[in-house]
Amino acid sequence: MSSNKSGVLMSDEANKGLLSPLRRKLLMGMAAVPAISMLPRASFAQTPATSAVNTTGLAVTDTEVTVGILHSATGTMAISETGSIEAEKLAIEQINAAGGVLGRKIKFIQEDGASDWPTFAEKAKKLLVNDKVAAIMGCWTSASRKAVLPVVEQYNGMLYYPTFYEGLEQSKNVIYTGQEATQQILAGLDWIAKEKGAKSFFFIGSDYIWPRTSNKIARKHVENVLKGKVVGEEYYPLGNTQFNSVINKIKLTKPDVIFTDVVGGSNVAFYKQLKAAGIDLSKQALLTISVTEDEIDGIGGENIAGAYACMKYFQSLDNPNNKAFVPAFKKMWGEKTVIGDVTQAAYLGPWLWKLTVEKAGSFDVDKIAAASPGVEFKGAPEGYVRIHENHHLWSKTRVGRAKLDGQFELIYETADLVEPDPFPKGYQ
Amino acid sequence: MFGDYSLGDLGSIFVMQGFAGLILFSVYVLMALGLAIIFGQMGVINMAHGEFMILGAYVTWMTSNFFQTYLPSLFSGYFFLAMILAFVASGALGMLVEWVLIRHLYKRPLDTLLATWGLSLMLQQAYRSVFGAREVGVELPQWMLGSLHVSDSIEVPINGVFVMCLTVLITVCVAYVMYKSRWGRQVRAVVQNRIMAGAVGINTEKVDRYTFGLGCGIAGVAGSAFTMIGSTGPTSGQLYIVDTFLVVVFGGAASLLGTIASAFSISQTQSTLEFFMSGSMAKVLTLLAVVGILMLRPQGLFALKVRK
Repeated sequence: MSSNKSGVLMSDEANKGLLSPLRRKLLMGMAAVPAISMLPRASFAQTPATSAVNTTGLAVTDTEVTVGILHSATGTMAISETGSIEAEKLAIEQINAAGGVLGRKIKFIQEDGASDWPTFAEKAKKLLVNDKVAAIMGCWTSASRKAVLPVVEQYNGMLYYPTFYEGLEQSKNVIYTGQEATQQILAGLDWIAKEKGAKSFFFIGSDYIWPRTSNKIARKHVENVLKGKVVGEEYYPLGNTQFNSVINKIKLTKPDVIFTDVVGGSNVAFYKQLKAAGIDLSKQALLTISVTEDEIDGIGGENIAGAYACMKYFQSLDNPNNKAFVPAFKKMWGEKTVIGDVTQAAYLGPWLWKLTVEKAGSFDVDKIAAASPGVEFKGAPEGYVRIHENHHLWSKTRVGRAKLDGQFELIYETADLVEPDPFPKGYQ
Repeated sequence: MFGDYSLGDLGSIFVMQGFAGLILFSVYVLMALGLAIIFGQMGVINMAHGEFMILGAYVTWMTSNFFQTYLPSLFSGYFFLAMILAFVASGALGMLVEWVLIRHLYKRPLDTLLATWGLSLMLQQAYRSVFGAREVGVELPQWMLGSLHVSDSIEVPINGVFVMCLTVLITVCVAYVMYKSRWGRQVRAVVQNRIMAGAVGINTEKVDRYTFGLGCGIAGVAGSAFTMIGSTGPTSGQLYIVDTFLVVVFGGAASLLGTIASAFSISQTQSTLEFFMSGSMAKVLTLLAVVGILMLRPQGLFALKVRK
């Protein structure tokens, strides 16, 4: 894997930065006596001293480094967050198999946020203060991230956040491995406007911050850039299961495109009722930014086949990284598991952290935060990603079409990486 | 808002909106019936009602998988068997719960709130451990998908019609059992005066157990039917519980007719408002109206006249 190469390079750089004279002498001695590398502790040569790579008292020993995994394993959100937990564990296992981080194996402590935002904050504090974890892979909903953010900022932790989200946030202590709203929405709208000649759009979303912010951005783009018209914008409470009225409204307004960001159990109800109402998704264009392979499991492929989804990753992507990633994931978690966009983004977290640590030559959070911009991960299942100055990722936007078997067929992808822009000008 | 549309368009929209309201009405009645029996007749606040529904949904999912694997030729009719199994499974679990938990709490009805809420958490975690945290997709036979094509612009969802028929059938059965059968008379006697009913030779414990089982069984059938229109996951039951209590309390706890009337008024208000404003606002206004009416009539729309 290409990441191994850069890994070795970076730990060499790290060695240069060693301060302890004793260590330097030891290293020189080892260089002078090649035979010593035959001894069992040979890998010691690549393992810089703990005191040098960890100046802030994190849970780093000579052989181990501890990170935290903080997701909901119980409660409503377990449906969505399970995939992220699985992906992060896979990444950690793979990193360990490839030699760990700065010669140290990653050990993880998993905490359950239980779909409850104060619990997330409390567990984050526990991970940072009691366990002194070097990084946290975690959170899923924006609400949980907003609850955890003050904690990681106060105790100077590092959070790798996997979900695509509404943007309007940036922190030294967070790396956002999912897309912010403009990365997810704009290219998809451009594509469908061009491809389908779409002029009129009907927005429907769940009623909370992410759909509302996303739709606000989408509306500005439709009206100002695409010169189209939004013929309806509807929000339903989270967990709503009856969509017949809004489906009638859609039938009445006959939009070129239905643009949806309905989430959770409502999602399932919406597509089932859409199908039952006789709206044929092979004729009526529907673009969603909230349905991944994970959700289709519950919705049923026959109810959503033909819909377009705008994501950065699909399980069906045809590239060498993904061809290795999907079987590895299935081997660890079972043949039947599916991999959605966020699951892949969660997989990036531990890898990006490892690469950043090796670039910085240190586990110190301040150094990692400073070293993050420019870190690139060539082994990403989505292809290639790079961390931007604003701690979001450069990544491609892709449009896929849902098939009967619950997978997406890649229809379109942007030619270049899309720049993350969490505070988009002209869209607020 | 109607200026842009032709008369034909408007006509068909009113027809379809009418159907949407009726479907919502059926859904409300179906999910509230089981609770109306348990809460209304027995006074037990069953917070685990949603979880009994989801048990029915999971039974349907398992039946569907079984038929797909072993009896693909009979797949088109599996749903009827699934509903019967859902009734049996949820009813049996209900009777077990009554025996283990509820019967010790008849004298402390408010405590049933806490006990059944705990039960709902346990059931959710049990579903999560057994069936996995992700939602499952229940595959339906082809004839239950899609819509009836009435005219070019009027389409009636088949699953909606199915739910309506099922609701009518179950309501008639429940009404017959409660008001015409010997057993129904016993239930009502126990509700009105437990000691007196026992004195005239009614086995009150048995009546309690079967009533609770019946309520839970109907919840199971409702859950089974809702696999057509909603999601099936460990916590999906929570999506229904608030609306269910709303319907039962608004209707007047002890009255089946009240439950139906309240389901009708809430669903029609909701569905009409949803059409004219956004979904969230419609919900807010509906709830406000319900709160307002309950302030004037705390006993709900229909209440038995009882001497207190």
